[in-house]
Amino acid sequence: MTAPVSIETVSKIFGAFTALDAVSLDIRAGEFIVLLGPSGCGKTTLLSILGGFLSPTSGRVTIGGQDMTYVVPSKRPTTTMFQDYALFPHMRLVDNVGFGLRMRGLARAERDEKALGFLDLVGLKASAGKRPHELSGGQRQRVALARALAVDPDVLLLDEPLGALDLKLRRQMQDELKAIQKRVGTTFVHVTHDQEEAMAIADRIVVMNQGRIEDFGPPSQIYMRPRSLFSAGFMGEVNFVSGRVAAADASSAKVETALGSLALPADNFTASAPKAGDRITLTIRPEHFRADDRAEGPTVTLGEARVAGSAFFGTHYRCHLQPCATDTRALVAHLPQSASVREGEIVPLAVRAADVVALPATGHA
Amino acid sequence: MLRRIFANVLSWTYLVLVYAFIFLPVAVLVLFSFQDGRLPVPPFNGFSPQWYEAVFVDRKLMAALGNSLIVALVSSVISVLLGFLAAYALARYKLPGSALQRGLLIAPMTVSYLIIALGLLSLMNALHIPLSLMTVGIGHVVINLPLCFAIIYASMGDHHINIERAARDLGASDFKVMALVTAPMLMPSILAAFFLSVTFSWDEFIIAFLLSRFDVTLPVEIWSMLRSGLNPKTNAIGSLVFLASVAVLLILELSLFGRTKKS
Amino acid sequence: MADAGTLRSATALEDADRRKAWGFVAPALLWTLAFFVVPFAFMAAMSLWKREGRDLVRIWNFDNYVRFFSENALFQGLVNSLEITVIVTVISVLLAYPLAWIIAERVPKRLQRLALILAILPFWTSYVVRSYSWLLVLSKNGVINQMFMSIGLISEPLELASTRTATVIGFVHFFVMLLTLTIYSNLIQLSPNYRRAAADLGANAFQTFWHVVLPLTLPGIMTGAFLTFVLCIGDYVTPQILGGNNELVLPQIIMLQLGRRADFPMAAALSIVLMLAVTFAYVACARWLKIERA
Repeated sequence: MTAPVSIETVSKIFGAFTALDAVSLDIRAGEFIVLLGPSGCGKTTLLSILGGFLSPTSGRVTIGGQDMTYVVPSKRPTTTMFQDYALFPHMRLVDNVGFGLRMRGLARAERDEKALGFLDLVGLKASAGKRPHELSGGQRQRVALARALAVDPDVLLLDEPLGALDLKLRRQMQDELKAIQKRVGTTFVHVTHDQEEAMAIADRIVVMNQGRIEDFGPPSQIYMRPRSLFSAGFMGEVNFVSGRVAAADASSAKVETALGSLALPADNFTASAPKAGDRITLTIRPEHFRADDRAEGPTVTLGEARVAGSAFFGTHYRCHLQPCATDTRALVAHLPQSASVREGEIVPLAVRAADVVALPATGHA
Repeated sequence: MLRRIFANVLSWTYLVLVYAFIFLPVAVLVLFSFQDGRLPVPPFNGFSPQWYEAVFVDRKLMAALGNSLIVALVSSVISVLLGFLAAYALARYKLPGSALQRGLLIAPMTVSYLIIALGLLSLMNALHIPLSLMTVGIGHVVINLPLCFAIIYASMGDHHINIERAARDLGASDFKVMALVTAPMLMPSILAAFFLSVTFSWDEFIIAFLLSRFDVTLPVEIWSMLRSGLNPKTNAIGSLVFLASVAVLLILELSLFGRTKKS
Repeated sequence: MADAGTLRSATALEDADRRKAWGFVAPALLWTLAFFVVPFAFMAAMSLWKREGRDLVRIWNFDNYVRFFSENALFQGLVNSLEITVIVTVISVLLAYPLAWIIAERVPKRLQRLALILAILPFWTSYVVRSYSWLLVLSKNGVINQMFMSIGLISEPLELASTRTATVIGFVHFFVMLLTLTIYSNLIQLSPNYRRAAADLGANAFQTFWHVVLPLTLPGIMTGAFLTFVLCIGDYVTPQILGGNNELVLPQIIMLQLGRRADFPMAAALSIVLMLAVTFAYVACARWLKIERA
């Protein structure tokens, strides 16, 4: 089964600390949602409120159209997959997975059959008689998933389930998680602080910071068209260039920066439409710098820069480029493997206008 | 090199001497329980099982043994149950004055059994409650409850909280969480608390002495046998208790604790 | 009405939780109150009454305490108790520490558990019988006297039983076992890296022990010593069987009040004195004693 989730201006205050600040979010049935953010951003608090382990200080939570704000965990159509898996150490895997069914009064034969089915789903049917301590981390994670799914929840809540796994296993489990979610169709709400993981599995990502939602959308949109500086910075490496809107009309804007002036489409102002005189910050992903001017699409140039250092990263060269025009911070660029860059060389700073996102400036930048 | 050998010789000599000290009275006790004669002291006259026979036909001694078993088992079950519930409440919920409650629950540990016995005796007298095995059992719960509480409370790690949450999340009621998840997870410490309680109650003298009247426990019965001075029959019952305890200990060591150590 | 599943608000949820928690903790608290706190309070109150002839005088007075401090026979009981307890505690620690250390350091790892089980095996004799078995060893025609006489070391049997020495031996025997166990578990928990670090920085074996191992195991030693003190000073059985009636300790005197004279108020007052002695010992070692949740 599956159900939509609606979070309406939910706040959670612990003493003097505001963990969630009037958060609203609508999740469609069957969606794979990832709550992404640094530790302390409120993502785990939000998940706990969805699971019923915490009650919000104010606001409302509905699941499948029903008010769940103060319903205890056992009466919710949600199950939680805990970060430490929380498998029952004294039970066999089949009993772990069948526990929820047992609580629902299913007879042993029936629940064993269902439990075996779910163990099969995660590829552990052959280990049904083992106990959790005999399993590897990845296997435990799968059992936890099977146990949470066995009671057929409308919404599955996953609290950093891959956090304890090493990188290689983590990438593998991401794919499996995604595949299983597609198969069962349950709404998944998954918490993580790893943006690569978020992009690998999410239908839509919710970027959170300091108890608020910074950005919400499909991975490509969050990455290419971030709606906040925090979101841009958290999703991957990015260069910030501060500037000012010199002139703006309905379709484009002229921006002045220390590196020169450039014209940008109005669409690139993702947070709010450009107005002349606005102080803004341009965000440019390192891979959007072009090594040469022959790149496809219209490019804008930010003058020239000296290569201050470069390192080969396999998929690209990571270069520090010191703009010639000013002595501001060096920019980071990812240049293709084919580019031959030497330290001290002068290169043009060219980007496609469509790749540059302009956001309202804040204190730092 | 020489210093090392010297240190080793010294260590092993010390070990052997202290072990000899520890074992001396027990060895003497067991040896002279087989004494063919009326005095359990040297010279040893030869092996005879007569004193063991005397023990088994002694109705009072056998009744006391049964009483001891009943009191030990019942008082230990109550102690573990109350201790577990209290530990669960204090480890998992935020209750006002929880430090005070913990202090109160372990307070009897720091008070001599004699004083606990005397207090209960005065109260029972004042309330005209007749002394019986039940009053002994009440006293034994008083001394074992703090122990059970402390052992079980100490084993309730915070890493168990998520496991209990998971059970609740999957639809288990409070009672089912406790019975199916918490208690089985803590089984090693619950069993340790139980067996320690049984041991303490089984062996306890002063409370059983002051709070019993007609039905007495084994230590009290043995105490009254001591009035006849040195007697091989006392050796025999003492040896029996010792050997039985060691046998139980061995079984536990091999079966139970050997198995649970892994997980 | 809200059922268990749909509670109205956050506070209702917490109230229900708290009520449940009280329900869990209440039986243990009530038991402790009814059968420990109340009797104790009753006894403390009774220590302020007194026995006159066959009657109990229910008038608040300090006569029992005054008598305790003025009558030498009573006060000497406390002195004997304290002396014996301190001697026993010190000897037991001094004997048990090296034993625990040898088991932890010199005995091969796979034999340590066995060595430990052996070291506390006599613990499993009945408590009363353990004291009695020392009587077999120490009495006039007991093992030691017979052995010494047969090798001509002595011509007349020594008076070993019914002495303070016998009481001390009986106690030390019990507490060496207990302390070996507690000190061993402390030593074994100590990371070997502390000693490696000390040795690495140039400390010799003795310096390592004195400056590193001993301070780190001190809390364990003090816990064991405190336990020894509490159990020793409150014990009636061992001094009664092994010490006889020559030098009475406080618990023996308390039992005398109960038996011959049925003087409950005096017994209560003496118990309070005993309690205070333990409290002083607790305060003295409090900073090393901790009961914590893992």
